[in-house]
Amino acid sequence: MIKYISRRLLMLIPVLIGVSILAFSLIHLVPGDPARSILGEKATQSQLEALQEELGLNDPYYVQYGRFLGDILKGNLGESIQSKESIGVELLHKLPATIELAVFAMIVAIIVGVIAGVIAAVKQYSWFDNMSMTAALFGVSMPIFWLGLMMIWLFSVTFDILPPSGRLSTGVELHTITNFYLLDSILTGNWLAFKDSFSHLLMPGLALATIPMAIIARMTRSSMLEVMRQDYIRTANAKGLKKTLIVFQHALKNASLPVLTVIGLQFGLLLGGAVLTETIFSWPGIGRYVYLAVLGRDYPVVQSTILIIAIIFVLVNLITDILYKYLDPRIKFE
Amino acid sequence: MKKRYLFMLLAVVAMIISACSGDTGSTSDGKEDEGGKKTLVFGRGADSIQLDPSKVTDGESIYVTNQIYDTLVRYEEENTEVKAALATDWEVSDDGLVWTFQLRDDVKFHDGTDFAADDVVFNFERWTTSAEFVYYGYMFGASEEDMGGIIEEVEATGDHEITITLSEPNAPFLQTLAMPPFGMASPEAVEEHGDDYFKNPVGTGPFVFEEWVPDDSITVTKNDDYFGEVAKVDEVIFRVIPDNGARFMELQAGTIDLMTGLNPQDIGTAEGDDALQIIRRPSMNVAYMAMNMDKEGPLADKRVRQAINMAVNKEELIELYEGIGKEAKNPIPPSLWGYNDDVEPYAYDVEKAKALLAEAGYADGFDITLNTFSNPRDYMPQPKITAQAITEMLKAVNINVEIVESDWDTHLTLTENGEHDMAFLGWTGDNGDPDNFMYVLLDKDNATVGSAGNIAFYKSDELHDLLKAAQVEMDQDKRTELYLKAQEIIHEDAPWLPIAHTTPPLAASSSIVDYVPHPTGSEPFNLLDMKE
Amino acid sequence: MSLQPIPNPEIKSKEIAEQQKSKSLGIEALLRLLKSKTSIIGLIIITILIVTAILAPFIATHDPTTQSIPDRYQAPSGEHWLGTDELGRDIFSRIVYGTQISIRIGLIAVGISMIVGVILGAVAGYFGRWVDQIIMRVIDIMMAFPSILLAIALVAVLGPSLTNAMIAVGIVGVPQFARIVRSAVLSVKETEYVEAARAIGGKHGRILFRHVLPNSMAPIIVQTTLGIGTAILDAAGLSFLGLGAQPPTPEWGAMLSDGRAALQNAPWVVAFPGLAIFLFVLGFNLFGDGLRDALDPKLKE
Repeated sequence: MIKYISRRLLMLIPVLIGVSILAFSLIHLVPGDPARSILGEKATQSQLEALQEELGLNDPYYVQYGRFLGDILKGNLGESIQSKESIGVELLHKLPATIELAVFAMIVAIIVGVIAGVIAAVKQYSWFDNMSMTAALFGVSMPIFWLGLMMIWLFSVTFDILPPSGRLSTGVELHTITNFYLLDSILTGNWLAFKDSFSHLLMPGLALATIPMAIIARMTRSSMLEVMRQDYIRTANAKGLKKTLIVFQHALKNASLPVLTVIGLQFGLLLGGAVLTETIFSWPGIGRYVYLAVLGRDYPVVQSTILIIAIIFVLVNLITDILYKYLDPRIKFE
Repeated sequence: MKKRYLFMLLAVVAMIISACSGDTGSTSDGKEDEGGKKTLVFGRGADSIQLDPSKVTDGESIYVTNQIYDTLVRYEEENTEVKAALATDWEVSDDGLVWTFQLRDDVKFHDGTDFAADDVVFNFERWTTSAEFVYYGYMFGASEEDMGGIIEEVEATGDHEITITLSEPNAPFLQTLAMPPFGMASPEAVEEHGDDYFKNPVGTGPFVFEEWVPDDSITVTKNDDYFGEVAKVDEVIFRVIPDNGARFMELQAGTIDLMTGLNPQDIGTAEGDDALQIIRRPSMNVAYMAMNMDKEGPLADKRVRQAINMAVNKEELIELYEGIGKEAKNPIPPSLWGYNDDVEPYAYDVEKAKALLAEAGYADGFDITLNTFSNPRDYMPQPKITAQAITEMLKAVNINVEIVESDWDTHLTLTENGEHDMAFLGWTGDNGDPDNFMYVLLDKDNATVGSAGNIAFYKSDELHDLLKAAQVEMDQDKRTELYLKAQEIIHEDAPWLPIAHTTPPLAASSSIVDYVPHPTGSEPFNLLDMKE
Repeated sequence: MSLQPIPNPEIKSKEIAEQQKSKSLGIEALLRLLKSKTSIIGLIIITILIVTAILAPFIATHDPTTQSIPDRYQAPSGEHWLGTDELGRDIFSRIVYGTQISIRIGLIAVGISMIVGVILGAVAGYFGRWVDQIIMRVIDIMMAFPSILLAIALVAVLGPSLTNAMIAVGIVGVPQFARIVRSAVLSVKETEYVEAARAIGGKHGRILFRHVLPNSMAPIIVQTTLGIGTAILDAAGLSFLGLGAQPPTPEWGAMLSDGRAALQNAPWVVAFPGLAIFLFVLGFNLFGDGLRDALDPKLKE
C-alpha cells in the first residue's frame, strides 16, 4: 500500500510541474502590465519602467519561471505584487474561507443526496423517486450564479432574513485562531459569532451544494439499483430479511464505492471552482482571490495559488482513490 | 416511511433557518458599544492597497490615509482653496521660485515624536528616492534622470521653518502640496518599519491607525491630542463589502453607517427611506469619450467629430446616471474656476449630423470601435450601459459601433498606446486647478504613444501655447482668461464627446450630521458627528 | 465549472463490447429513446429552442437592440411581456434572439471539445505507449487546473469576446472527451476485426477512422449532448464575469450580469435570462440522459 501511494505521489510531480508551467505561461501572456496596475493611470512612463525593473519583469521568461520554481521548492510562495503581503499569509485567510464553504456544501450535498438517492432507489418509480430525480435534473441544469442571485433577492431583499454577503457581520467580534469561523466561534465559545457566521454560510453553501447534491443523488440511486439487482441481495430478500437491514447493511455499503468517487471529484472541483459563488456572495475565498489577481496582473498570486489549488485537487483525488481501493476488496494494491 | 423522511428534512431546514435568521441585523450596531463609544462604520467596495499615501493613487487608500496624516496645507472643507494645517503661514518670492513655510511647533506624531522642519525635509527627500512615489513624480515632473523634478531644494531654515526652491514657477504649487499624497510621515516610524511601513502608518492626523485586517477592515481611533479640531466620533472602521447591492443592504440593515459606491438604481430607495440619507459629493470630475485623431480615417476629420457630438442625445444619456450626473460641455467641471459657461454645447440634431458626415464624405457612415472598461468609476457608474446607449444613438447616423470592453488595467494600456478608435475615460481632479485637467488630458505634450494622458491624441499648437503660458503665470485673473480661451478652441476642435460631471452619491444613516464630502474624493472625518 | 459527472469508463467499455454483439442495437436504442419520457421532454424543449432561434424575427415582439432610455426597468406588462432592461429594451425579445446565440455557443464550444478531444483520445488509445503517456499527462495537467480559472485565464489572454469565450469553454471540455474516447478505443482496439484489419496491412489512420472510431460513437454522442448543456453554463458564467459576449449582444449570461445592479428594484431583469439558461441546459440534460439510457441497455430493465 505504501508502495502504491508513493508511486502515485511520484507520478504527481510531472503533473504539478506542468500545472505550474501552464499557470506561469498563461498569466504572463495576458496583455497588460503589473506595474501599470500598481501605479495606476497617473504614473509616468519612467516610473513604470523603473518599477518593471524592480519587479524583475524585464528578465527573460525562463529566469522568471526559474525564480518562481526555486522559491516554491524552498516553501516560499512569494509576495503579492498588489498588496505586498506574503502569499502564504494571505492564503491562511483565503483557504479556510473556501474550505469552510466547500465542506459545508459537501456535507449538505452528501446528506441530502445520499438520503434522496437511497429512498429513490428503494422506492423506484414512486412519487418520491420521480420528484427527487426531477429535482436532481433541475439541479445539474442550474446556473448557480443565477440561483445565488435569486436567493439573495428572496432571502435578503424580500424577506430580509439572511445576510447577502461576506462571512461575518460588522460589529460581531470573533477571535480567530484557525480562520474557520464556525470552528473558531466554537473554540472560543462565542455563540453569537457562530450564529452569525452560520447565517452567512447558508446561502452560498446551499447554492454551491446544488450541483454536487444532484449528482450524488443520481449516482446513489443508480448504483443502489445496480447492487440491488445482484444475486445476493435477491437472496437476502428471498430469505425474508428486513428491508431496511438489506438496504443499509448490504446494498448501501456496496453502492457507496462509485458514490465515493463522485464525492471526491466534486469536492476537488468545489475548492477551485467556486469563483462565481464567491463573487456573488463576496465570499473572501481563493477562487475570487485568483480571479481578482488575474484581472490585476498579480503574477505571483496567480502562479502560486493555482499551484496550491492543483495540489489540493490531486491530493483529494488520490485520497479518494486510496479509499476506493481500501474499501473495495476486489482491488488489490499492486 | 417516506413521509417521515420528508418531515425530518423539513424540520431540519426550518430549524436551521429559524436559528440563524431573524436577528442578524441586531447582532451589531456600532453605536451600542460599551461606554457609549461612537463608532462610525464606513462601507466601501475595495480594500486599501497601502497606507502610505505617497505610494498609492487609489481612492480607497487615500480615504484612510487622509484620516491619519496631515499635509503642510489642507483644502477648505468645501472647495480646493487652501488653508493652514501643519504650516501656519507661507510666502513666495516675486519670481515664484522660493517658497517659505512657517510650521506649527505644537504637533506630535502618533508615535510621540515631535514634528519639526527636519521631518519635512526627510519626507521630501524620501519621495525622491524611488519611482514608487507616484504622485511626487507625476505632480512635480520627476524622471529617472532628475528624481527631484521642479523642486530643486528643500531646506530647514529654522526649527520650524522650511524653504522650498523651485526650478521654474509653478502656479498650482500650493494646491498641490495640500494633496493627501504629500502627508507627513514620522521619520522614526518609516525607519523602524522599513518595507512594512505601509502597514504601520504613523502621521499627525485626527485619527490614529489601530488595526488592518486585509480585505476586511481597517480601524482608526480618535487622536485626542490633535492640533486641529478633535474628532467627534471615537473610532472609524473602514469595512470592505465588494458588492454594491450587498453593501446597500447592510446599510439598510444598520450594520454600516456610511457607504460609497451606491448603484444609481438604489438612490430612489435610499431617498424614500427615513432612516437613510443621500449625500452628494461635489463634482470635480469629467467623463468623456475620446476620439483618436492619430488614426487615419473618419475621426481625423473635425466635421465627423462634431457630427458625433450632435448625434448623441445627451439629455437621454444623462438619464442613465439616475440623477447623479450633469451633462458636460467642457473638459473641466463647472465648479472649477476658469470654467467657460459661454461655450454653446453641440445641440442634439441627427439631420445636421448627417449633413456634416455627408460633407465629410461619410454619407453612408462607417464602422468603428468603442473601447470601454468593465469596472464602474466614480465619473461613469455604468460604462457598459453608457457604451450601448451611444452605440444605438450613432446607428441613426449610420455609424456602426463595435464595443470592446476590457478590465481597467488593460483599458488603460490599450488607450495609452492609442490602439482604440473611440474610448471612454474620465478624470478626477487632483488639486482643483484647471491645468490638472486641460494640460494633462488635452495638451500635445501628453499625446505620446505609450504613456498618453491625451488619448484623443489631439495636437493643437494654439492650445499648447495657451496652456503653457497659464502654467507659469502666477496671476489668477490672467490665468482664467487663458483657460476660457482654451475651452473655446477645444470645443471647436471637438477631440472629445464630453459626457458628464458626476456628483458621486454616498448613502448614509440619517444619524450622521455635519458630513461634508470634499470634491477631491476624500476628506478627514474629524468634523462629522453621529447623533443618537 | 464542468460539474457534469464523468461517465464511468468501465461501464462504457462494456457497453461497447455489447454493441458489437447486437447489430440491431441502433434501432433498439432508437426505440428505447422514443419510449423514454425524459428524452421526449428533452427533445421537445430542444425543438422549441431551435424553432425559436430560427423564427426569432417573427416571435420577438420588439427589436432586441432598440433602446428607449425613458422606459427602462419597466415591470412585465402587456406591452413588454417580461419587462424592460436597463436601456428600456424588451427582455422577451432579447431572450428570443439570445436563443440563436446560445445554440451557436453550445455547438461551437462542444464542437471544439469534441474534435480536439476525440483526436487526442483516439490517438492516445490506439497507439498507446509513449504517445499515450504524453497525451494523458497533458490531460492530467488540464484536469488538475481548476477549470473555471483555466477558462478565465484563457479569455484574459485572448481578450474578452464571445468567440474567445467559446474557444476557452471548448478547450476546457477537451479532457472529458479525450478520456472517454481513449477508454472506448482501448476496448475496441483488441477486437478481432480490428486485429484483422491490421493483419491485412491497413494503414493506422484508416483503421482508426474506419473501424475504431465508428464503434466508439455511443459515448461520444452522449457526451456531446450533455456537453452542450455544460458549455452553455460555462459560457454564461464567463459572460456573467464580463469575459464573454460583448454588449449589445443579447447573450443570456451577459443580460443577467448587466441587470444585477437593479436586483432590488427590477428583479425581472435578472430572473428571466437565468430561467432561459436553465431551460436550455435542462433540455439537453434530459435528452442526454435519455440517450445514455438508450445506448446503455445494462441500466435499463
